[in-house]
Amino acid sequence: MEVDIEHLKKIARQMRIDILTMLVEAGSGHTGGSLSAADIITVLYFYKMRHDPKNPKWEERDKFVLSKGHGAPALYAALGRAGYFGIEHFHTLRKMGSILRGHPNSTVTPGVEVCTGSLGQGLSQANGLALAARLDKKSTRVYVMLGDGETDEGQVWEAAMTSAHYKIDNLCAILDNNGLQIDGPNKEVMNIEPIVGKWRSFGWHVIEINGHEIGEIINALNEAERIKGQPTMIIAHTIKGKGVSFMENKVEYHGIAPTKDEYERAMKELGINEKY
Amino acid sequence: MKNIKDVKMLGTRDVYGDVLIELGTENKEIVVLDADLSSSTRTSKFAKKFPDRFFNMGVSEQDMMGTAAGFAAAGKIPFASTFAIFATGRAWEQVRQAICLPRLNVKIVATHAGITVGEDGASHHSTEDIALMRVLPNMTVIIPADGYETMALIRTIAKHKGPVYVRLSRDKFPVLYPENCEFEIGKAKVHSIGEDVNIIACGLMVSVSLEAAEELKMEGLSIGVINMSTIKPLDNDVILKAVKESGAIVTAEEHSIIGGLGGAVAEVISENRPAILKRIGINDRFGMSGSIADLLKHYGLTKENIKKTVYHVMEKKRSGGY
Repeated sequence: MEVDIEHLKKIARQMRIDILTMLVEAGSGHTGGSLSAADIITVLYFYKMRHDPKNPKWEERDKFVLSKGHGAPALYAALGRAGYFGIEHFHTLRKMGSILRGHPNSTVTPGVEVCTGSLGQGLSQANGLALAARLDKKSTRVYVMLGDGETDEGQVWEAAMTSAHYKIDNLCAILDNNGLQIDGPNKEVMNIEPIVGKWRSFGWHVIEINGHEIGEIINALNEAERIKGQPTMIIAHTIKGKGVSFMENKVEYHGIAPTKDEYERAMKELGINEKY
Repeated sequence: MKNIKDVKMLGTRDVYGDVLIELGTENKEIVVLDADLSSSTRTSKFAKKFPDRFFNMGVSEQDMMGTAAGFAAAGKIPFASTFAIFATGRAWEQVRQAICLPRLNVKIVATHAGITVGEDGASHHSTEDIALMRVLPNMTVIIPADGYETMALIRTIAKHKGPVYVRLSRDKFPVLYPENCEFEIGKAKVHSIGEDVNIIACGLMVSVSLEAAEELKMEGLSIGVINMSTIKPLDNDVILKAVKESGAIVTAEEHSIIGGLGGAVAEVISENRPAILKRIGINDRFGMSGSIADLLKHYGLTKENIKKTVYHVMEKKRSGGY
């Protein structure tokens, strides 16, 4: 497939603008982790995954599970820009009656596959989706994104064993390894290192990338598809708050929305809304 | 009413294992998951017959519930089995978040509920599971009273869309119903309605209540027995009819008196038609090790205690209430 990296970069920038616009209007939500995930989610929805926004339940589609459900604004930006729903819904994030809930909910948002938000559960659900596709001999591939802090949860490792035990190779996990969790750096709160060695020892094919380099993301996702007989984990080294200088690597932007003033400053950095 | 002592015994989990084979043959969408207890839950029979559609998840109940949710989200009909305390307690939040919130078609069929697990003791007893499952939106909660009701209900839930929790036991139960009995979700099985006291029971306590009622009738009382096999949605109409006839209710369950059948009946009665109520069950305590017979006696889950409680309730009625 012809890859237009510059085009994907433009989409990723638009995603960041959408994320911040949603969050400032909502007045609450998770800014840092949505921005760190934006490039990867862009590549998934606008390059890698086979999906049809006009037919969200297409049987052979690839599926994405945002296990770190608090990154919902990044997922909603992708779904809206891909055409699953009108982008006017961005203005309703977290408001009463909105189809865009605080955390992903498959019962109200077109394109959302499962309910996430309570950390540590998405990989198990992704395993079930992938095993079902295998039973049905479907070409579906399942992608699941985990947060690094999320891997503190024991269920993640139960599920990691399941993926390897059942040799689920139509599954690709991505770790948004931004190094920060709510209470501070992972290293201080709960050290997850050596994270590459952990996943390898659990029987996974592991690829390490810079999670903001579009080309590296594409190569890793393509490599994952070629790996047979074991699941793949892409450890994506990312920067929390990526794209807005004063939010980058700041733990305080984990669980809050930008203020009006911060939003204006961020928009100046990201540039005006522009068609891609 | 036939003498229960003479009837045959049937294991609800044994019936479950057999019906799964039948369902698996009929419907290729059915998959079964277990958490390293498949020989005890009897899902091992399905595993042998349909190895491609059986997934042993190892000792990881949380992952099992999440994986079952994924299967259901992809259109499969997963049956997930393990012991009741682990299915509902260990994995409660996975059941809540991944299964009930999206109203996925997962059938949680747990065995070894209550204290009739026996010698394994408190860690393996499940005396809170009805409460834990009943509180979840979108969840259906079913407790069969015998093997044939189990057979009918497993067939029924396979066709029902949405999450279901079924509570089965390790021990065999006396057979109460014909082999071809019907099961309708949310509809109580009314054995009789009495004018003195009505006993509302579930699971093993239905047959124990029937024995007690038989003796109480011989002693001249008008006693009804209702098998409330669906705890959620609850058959409010039958409860209120029983209250109307007798004004006095005794509930009996192999579960904590807090939050289970007794709790559910208390909610309905107090909001609609206040009446005298006494709940028989585990009285806010943990289980302990012992033989099944000794445990049932210790916790008052006996014919004798039901009779005693009925007389106590009758006395309250006579003295004008509380």
